[in-house]
Amino acid sequence: MFRVRGHRTAATAAVLTAALMLGACGRTTGQGAAPQASADTSGATVKIGLLNSLSGTMAISEVTVKNALLLAVEEINAAGGVLGKKIEPISEDGASDWPTFAEKSQKLISQDRVAAVFGCWTSASRKAVKPVYEKNKALLFYPVQYEGLEQSPYIYYTGATTNQQIVPALDYLKSKGKTSLYLVGSDYVFPRTANKIIKAYAAANGMKILGEEYAPLGSTEFSTITNKVKASGASAVFNTLNGDSNVAFFKEYKSAGLTAAKMPVLSVSIAEEEVKSIGTQYLEGQLTAWNYYQTTPGKANETFVKAYKAKYGQDKPTSDPMEAAYVSVHLWKAMVEKAGSFDVEKVRAAGAGGGITFDAPEGKVTVDGPTQHVFKTARIGEVGPDGLISEVWNSGEPIKPDPYLKDYDWASGLA
Amino acid sequence: MTGPGTAAGRGRFRLRASQSRARTAAGFGLAAVALFAVAPLALGDFRLNLLAKYLCMAIVAVGIGLAWGRGGMLVLGQGVFFGLGGYAMAMHLKLADAGPGDLPDFMRLYGQVERLPWWWEPFTSPVFALAAVVLVPMALAFLLGSLVFRRRVRGAYFAILSQALAAAMAIYLIGEQGTTGGTNGLTDIQGFFGYDLADPANQRVVYFIVAACLLLMLAVARQLMLSRYGELLVATRDAEERVRFLGYDPARVKLVAYVVAAGMAGLAGALFVPAVGIISPALIGVVPSIEFVIGVALGGRATLVGPALGAVGLAWAKTALSEQFPAGWTYFEGLLFVLVVAFLPGGLGSVAGLVRRRRAVPAGAPEAPEAPPGVRPGGPPEVPSFLDPRAASSSPLEGTVDGAVDGALEAPAPGEPTREVAP
Repeated sequence: MFRVRGHRTAATAAVLTAALMLGACGRTTGQGAAPQASADTSGATVKIGLLNSLSGTMAISEVTVKNALLLAVEEINAAGGVLGKKIEPISEDGASDWPTFAEKSQKLISQDRVAAVFGCWTSASRKAVKPVYEKNKALLFYPVQYEGLEQSPYIYYTGATTNQQIVPALDYLKSKGKTSLYLVGSDYVFPRTANKIIKAYAAANGMKILGEEYAPLGSTEFSTITNKVKASGASAVFNTLNGDSNVAFFKEYKSAGLTAAKMPVLSVSIAEEEVKSIGTQYLEGQLTAWNYYQTTPGKANETFVKAYKAKYGQDKPTSDPMEAAYVSVHLWKAMVEKAGSFDVEKVRAAGAGGGITFDAPEGKVTVDGPTQHVFKTARIGEVGPDGLISEVWNSGEPIKPDPYLKDYDWASGLA
Repeated sequence: MTGPGTAAGRGRFRLRASQSRARTAAGFGLAAVALFAVAPLALGDFRLNLLAKYLCMAIVAVGIGLAWGRGGMLVLGQGVFFGLGGYAMAMHLKLADAGPGDLPDFMRLYGQVERLPWWWEPFTSPVFALAAVVLVPMALAFLLGSLVFRRRVRGAYFAILSQALAAAMAIYLIGEQGTTGGTNGLTDIQGFFGYDLADPANQRVVYFIVAACLLLMLAVARQLMLSRYGELLVATRDAEERVRFLGYDPARVKLVAYVVAAGMAGLAGALFVPAVGIISPALIGVVPSIEFVIGVALGGRATLVGPALGAVGLAWAKTALSEQFPAGWTYFEGLLFVLVVAFLPGGLGSVAGLVRRRRAVPAGAPEAPEAPPGVRPGGPPEVPSFLDPRAASSSPLEGTVDGAVDGALEAPAPGEPTREVAP
């Protein structure tokens, strides 16, 4: 049954392959490591990379981040650019696929020779690109709140880490007398890690966790989970669901007769853009935890919101990740100008030296040199009938970033 | 038609076999020169690294070409085997990075795992990991295949089953975040058996290893296709019942192709890890599994190099289009697929055959009459040679659309004009 015709072909092919492989290997040995690609700043412009998912499940969120980045670039260029050079943004599509993010990062660094890259949303995409930036000694600015427990020398984190979002949110719930929580989240790294932190907090603060449920990303089947939540009688729900799942969850939640007054849901991944797509009627009165809302008072925010709407349309809301992205370009500019150079190591040294601030829409933000995160004010908001989120509490002052929660005794076992 | 059974057929067969052998040697030589000499000289480090990734996809495609193109099994779950190979390799590399007795970084971060899980332990051994890369996927395929083919599960049911397996594996990996890295997968891999992957020279060596493996797998696939087993496989695809009546066991015939395809996917997954530096559930689930098959369909599923070319072409088109049109490239990709299906139903691999046929038919002479629909051209092709168009299906989508006929998914091309001219 397995008699083979054409042994000679096989032998020829094998010998040929082996010979060529040996020859090829011989060629490579002795070649030294190629010089690292450095930013090309020889021309009248300086290139930066914008790396966002423009296709796939994450596109709906990440396109808004790209828009905010482009707005910042436009503003900076209108004001004369950085070190006398106009910024030339090069956009790449991460396609909601983590290896693609890594591929495009490498392309931006070695083909386009950009001075810095801005973007990524999901933690998985950030984890996929992190080695690329470390290997090439290139800069990434990451604009989204995340689960902490990371500190790469080549990444600046301009979104909140856990002690600037999740921990204050728990403090808020505790102050409101919510003693038992039900945890609902999408099945990926951020919700699972966030819930680990929440459980540690609860154990130390006398709160009860009545249940923990995960739905696959993109899942829209929530009747079982909602029933369990309802039966648990928890005093609040902590929601780390992402994307489309929120639509299904909140519809189910309302039809089960659960309301914000009875059992409020505090969400950490629902911003103005998502409120619009879920439907205000399902979300009114529910809580969110962020560092910025479209309604945040201040001159800087008024200008930002106005400029954004003028560029992209009056019905387009601004949100926390968009603001953090917008801020990240300005912070990079501040660091480059302090360093007097686009050179990555000099820019990092300028950042580490401290004193890099920007009068951001969320208020004044400062780069924390050692962690490369940003001081941010925590804000708890409530969804209003107009679909906008209004602040009901804030931390009063920007919180120092603590990605590994070193200053919290209850979190000692986490990192 | 003269077949391999008759004396005349056998004579002609030998002649054509020797021609085909020369062509094959030339083909392999050409491919080797292109992969080992032209590409490294013409491409920069970044592009060469991307090519290594494409070639990994091509290795999976060679296996699919065998199982689907030749065996008629629509394997929509190759991501599982790709993932098993990839994870086996990545687990070893992560452990090697961590150093003896230490845990991989993500376990401490997300899992709060104190001790290495038992199923990670053996992967500290490089020999075990390398063997597992191919043997674990093959073992799973053997197990699954033995259960499924004997029960005569085929067509759409087999496709659905393999999809379900892919989905289940992705969900499992995501759920076990503490020990598998969850959605993040296994990333941040520094070394490859003691060599630093950050060094471009070592990345080149990885490319050469991938290219060599691809040629080797093509040689394996060719040998299988040319063997009697290869003919039996095509016969099983075309008329499983007839093969059974002849005294062969179709289940065993299909099992071999399925297991070999799984081994190739596992090898590709393992090579993908050092080439790209990550393996994650995103590369295992339903969508990537379908993409593997699309590449094969584009290239021409039943030819030898068609699947590999299709996979490389698709991956390359994806990169090129997304770099050119970051905002709308998916439309172009879709358009490309539609165009190939509409105008080149045999896939890219059929181009050479089409050209040859044009030349064979004198200008003005009528083309060979089309077989009436539903009538299958009899028997397997005598010599499944390089780019033989008759071995190709008439349409990459054929069967997936037409569900009315039982076993349509396994049916070969109806209505391919025969090129035979009477001797």
